Amino acid sequence: MRIQALVKRIIRQMLRDKRTLALLFFAPLIVLTLMYFFFNGNGNDPVIGVVGADERLAVLLEEREIQFERFEAADPQTVIEEELDGLLDVENSSLKLTLLNDDPSVARSILVQINQALLMQNAAAGGNALALETEYIYGSEDTEFFDVLSPVLIGFFVFFFVFLISGIGLLKERTSGTLERLMATPIRRWELVAAYLAGYGLFAIIQTVIVVSFSVLVLDVVLVGSIWHVILTNLLLALVALSLGTLLSSFASSEFQMVQFIPVVVIPQIFFAGIFPVDGMVDWLQGIGRIMPIYYAADALKSVMYKGQGLADISGDLLALGVFAIVFIGLNIVALKKHRKL
Amino acid sequence: MLFVSIEIDVKGVSKSYGKTKVLQGINLQIQPGQIYGLIGPSGSGKTTLVKLIVGIDSADEGQVEVFGKSMPNLELLQDIGYMAQADALYLELTGYENLAFFASLYPMKKTELTKRIAYAAELVKLTGELKKKVAAYSGGMKRRLSLAIALVHDPKILILDEPTVGIDPELRLSIWNELMHLKNEHQKTILITTHVMDEAEKCDIVAMVRSGALLKSGSPADLKAAYGVRQLEEVFLQAGREQP
Repeated sequence: MRIQALVKRIIRQMLRDKRTLALLFFAPLIVLTLMYFFFNGNGNDPVIGVVGADERLAVLLEEREIQFERFEAADPQTVIEEELDGLLDVENSSLKLTLLNDDPSVARSILVQINQALLMQNAAAGGNALALETEYIYGSEDTEFFDVLSPVLIGFFVFFFVFLISGIGLLKERTSGTLERLMATPIRRWELVAAYLAGYGLFAIIQTVIVVSFSVLVLDVVLVGSIWHVILTNLLLALVALSLGTLLSSFASSEFQMVQFIPVVVIPQIFFAGIFPVDGMVDWLQGIGRIMPIYYAADALKSVMYKGQGLADISGDLLALGVFAIVFIGLNIVALKKHRKL
Repeated sequence: MLFVSIEIDVKGVSKSYGKTKVLQGINLQIQPGQIYGLIGPSGSGKTTLVKLIVGIDSADEGQVEVFGKSMPNLELLQDIGYMAQADALYLELTGYENLAFFASLYPMKKTELTKRIAYAAELVKLTGELKKKVAAYSGGMKRRLSLAIALVHDPKILILDEPTVGIDPELRLSIWNELMHLKNEHQKTILITTHVMDEAEKCDIVAMVRSGALLKSGSPADLKAAYGVRQLEEVFLQAGREQP
């Protein structure tokens, strides 16, 4: 009953604050879109070198709007010297595609286009299929920047905005004196924490659904696994962010101090989220990564969205997130003792 | 000897924040149906004492008992209506929503809740303003809404921290009339802090607080007689001079 009243009040207050709602729901979309164009920017049309292709293949390449230059002979060094994006070497019935791959999105689009051209040629040739062998000058076929980055970004934005808004929400309650006023009513500390989790959790759920749907449906981010697993992971992460935000707000005495937690608590987590290769770090640094909630969320999200793994593969990550949430929630209830012993 | 029941019993309470001693060795007893006034300048420790009684802060030494049970006690909080010195209100919500929110934290039936909200709002003359957001309220209106919130669950004890600050004289008079009414008709016990002497005159018992210590307490008439003066203010000044 009391929790219900608090939840209702939190929802009302949030709905009155249109700008915060906009921040929660739409700011991640804007930043994600910016990042998408930033990493997937196709400034120049890719140009490839072609060695020994017949007229039929050339026509097909032209049809698919692939720009190419013919060479008598070429090797990977030619690609670098001539500033090409790739090299298609046709020898008898074997096709060898060498991709520069300095920009994974360019390399991918060339590969897709050439594969489609070959499919058409093979269909026309009837049975006499040509095999395509692909080599990469830089990186490998696994490199796909936004595909790798987007699951991490989705997790990060859910974490960041929920952390900030729930933290400031409870902080406002503290600074305006209403928290103290609440403590003069028969409300229990755990009821207060539960209400905060439920009230802000509701908005976190909406945010998660909006961000994930937008990424998958509009930005066409690669999603091999189940969208439900993505949402589940993000919800757990939001719960961690929510409980951590409200917990840290008890160590802040103003909104500005709450914002100061961003470089201390939020930014370091990005470094362990998988944008930079964690495996290459020294051991003690990897150890620090293990205490960052986003490390587990990013791992789970990458596994589901990029590698297409299932619930069994990410259960360890989800468990870690659950433990973080429980610990933070417990600490929240203890931290409220500052206001009333009972 | 006549048995005197004590509703609020503060026993040897001391409190420090860091190295600053805010309260030292405070003893006071409040009987049911009294209006008990704590009077003293700002910074004298009135608000800290009030918070200790409500149980939202804990004493370093001594203890506070309400109805014979030590505070904080969640059940006892149902019988206490607290009005903080700072208006603790949700500015984004309307006056009605604020009242309804706080009221719903207490066990009350819906019909009773609606009735109590209407009663409390009428008491502070805010009925016509309930649909407005609190952000649009004046300082006086916010004080009145805070008072209404303290009253909304029909508590036996009212603890009011500077309730009449920023309220115009006419409304102040009507609030005092209402406090008298609550005391006389509903046998409420009222603990009130103020720094206005003419409000102290209206209390049954006045306790003078300065620098975290209780100087003197008694009925206004007794205090004046003891010092042979006509104004309560003079009692306060003389009692202050007696302090080392």
